[in-house]
Amino acid sequence: MNMKISQEDVQHVANLARLRLSDEELVTMTGQLDTILSYVEKLDELDTTGVSPTTHVFPLSNVFREDIVRPSLEQQEALENGPKTDEDSFLVPKII
Amino acid sequence: MEFETVIGLEIHAQLKTKTKIFCGCSNEFGAAPNTHTCPICLGMPGVLPVLNRKVVEFAIRFGLATGAKINQFNQFARKNYFYPDLPKGYQTSQFDKPIVGKGFLDIEVDGESRRIGITRAHMEEDAGKLVHDSVEPVSHVDLNRTGTPLLEIVSEPDMRSPQEAVAYLKKLHAIVRYLNICDGNMQEGSFRCDANISLRPVGQQELGTRTELKNMNSFRHVEAALEYEQRRQRDLLLDGEKIVQETLLWDPDKQITASMRGKEDAHDYRYFPCPDLVPVEISEEWIEEVRAGLPELPDARKARFMSEYELSEYDADWLTADRPVADYFEAVVKVGAQAKKAANWIMSELSRELGSEDIERCRVSPAGLAELLAMIEKNTISGKIAKSVFVEMMESGKDAVAIVKEKGLEQNSDMGELQAVVEKIVAANPEQAEDFRNGKTKIMGYFVGQLMKETKGKANPKMANELFARVINKG
Repeated sequence: MNMKISQEDVQHVANLARLRLSDEELVTMTGQLDTILSYVEKLDELDTTGVSPTTHVFPLSNVFREDIVRPSLEQQEALENGPKTDEDSFLVPKII
Repeated sequence: MEFETVIGLEIHAQLKTKTKIFCGCSNEFGAAPNTHTCPICLGMPGVLPVLNRKVVEFAIRFGLATGAKINQFNQFARKNYFYPDLPKGYQTSQFDKPIVGKGFLDIEVDGESRRIGITRAHMEEDAGKLVHDSVEPVSHVDLNRTGTPLLEIVSEPDMRSPQEAVAYLKKLHAIVRYLNICDGNMQEGSFRCDANISLRPVGQQELGTRTELKNMNSFRHVEAALEYEQRRQRDLLLDGEKIVQETLLWDPDKQITASMRGKEDAHDYRYFPCPDLVPVEISEEWIEEVRAGLPELPDARKARFMSEYELSEYDADWLTADRPVADYFEAVVKVGAQAKKAANWIMSELSRELGSEDIERCRVSPAGLAELLAMIEKNTISGKIAKSVFVEMMESGKDAVAIVKEKGLEQNSDMGELQAVVEKIVAANPEQAEDFRNGKTKIMGYFVGQLMKETKGKANPKMANELFARVINKG
């Protein structure tokens, strides 16, 4: 069968997403992703000659804010959802 | 074998807006950690970023100042990677449709002019700041900087020496400061430079393998790092070794570049158009409106300083390198000072006394300096005394007239009074007077020195010379 995606591809994407997959999961995911890609490939059947590429569905552009300061969150509020914090910062494993 | 060096620079200029690029949080530097954040810049789910109009305007300003094409249709893209200073897991940037297209800058090195191409400039957001703990194995994350607007300016690989790279960098620095879109503080990181450098045998078209240099936070560091890397690559190539394409960090203490491991996984950013931000469409009218508001730029100002004030190229270059300095000079001249004199004083006394202080915070106002120069012009004080008066003006913030009066520093131009002192000195030094009459005119310096000692430096030096010549030759 002609696969749309290889196990190596899935492994690569998993690494980029910081996901650890077991050997079993890798096989399952590759199969499922292949099904999804085959399904999406249906779109290729559409003739898009003369249709210019678009990135947004709505015919909108130039949505701007004026450069005016608005109140920020309180420091403690901002830190509230952090898994690990000290009195004024988020804490993460040392990165050098 | 002879090698040619090829350098391209990537510059990140933080834009001087009041608020961040996609939210209303303050963009001010130096606040307590994590006090300038909101759900948008913290990357909370379900929020909607909205573009700051000023950022677009600043980018257009830059494009117009560098002869670039403004891409009237441009849009944002997501650059995906994980790093603890990037809460969303992607940086909102521009990819295939940047706001500013191809432009250029003219630089001059050793009297030779060269045109350096600018590939593109695009809008993006800055990441947060990591502070590594000195004791615990943790890093502290401050997200105040997250979402600070940046203009990333990418040059063509057009520079052929570290000196050219620095000249380009300085020129670009001057331009963003003139345009008032970036404060240009390299120490604080509001103007950052990464460099790509490679070597190739002279005559070869194909580029050699490059390395990327980071962590250079002054013009001097940039030059030293590029010099070092140029030497390192040449040595490797001459030994028949290969250059490894990698990112290197400049270590200013050890004066070497060192490999930056850890961030070396093959970059796969999976850019895609940002669905949260609609495209930016820039009308001709908007471009023309921004163009009309452009200030005079460094090159034009330098040329004008040379023609209008008859300054040398060196002086004009020096004064126009930084906009506030050029403004200060023009303000001094405007209140009546002679241009060349004002230039000399700003380039020597003023710049020495200022040190690293900003001229905008100088305690001596342009009018204050002009007043001091007028006192020299009118022979109220000598040039030498003026220098010490100036030092005091810088220290105390008092004006020249007050200091001169307070200390009784007025120049003595009283012919009769000076003549009496001169006669006394000549009488006390008969041998030297004889030498002078016998043609040893250099001894004049000794006599004037004696007079200055007697009068505490207040004697009018022009009159002193005349008086001595007259008195000695008479005797």
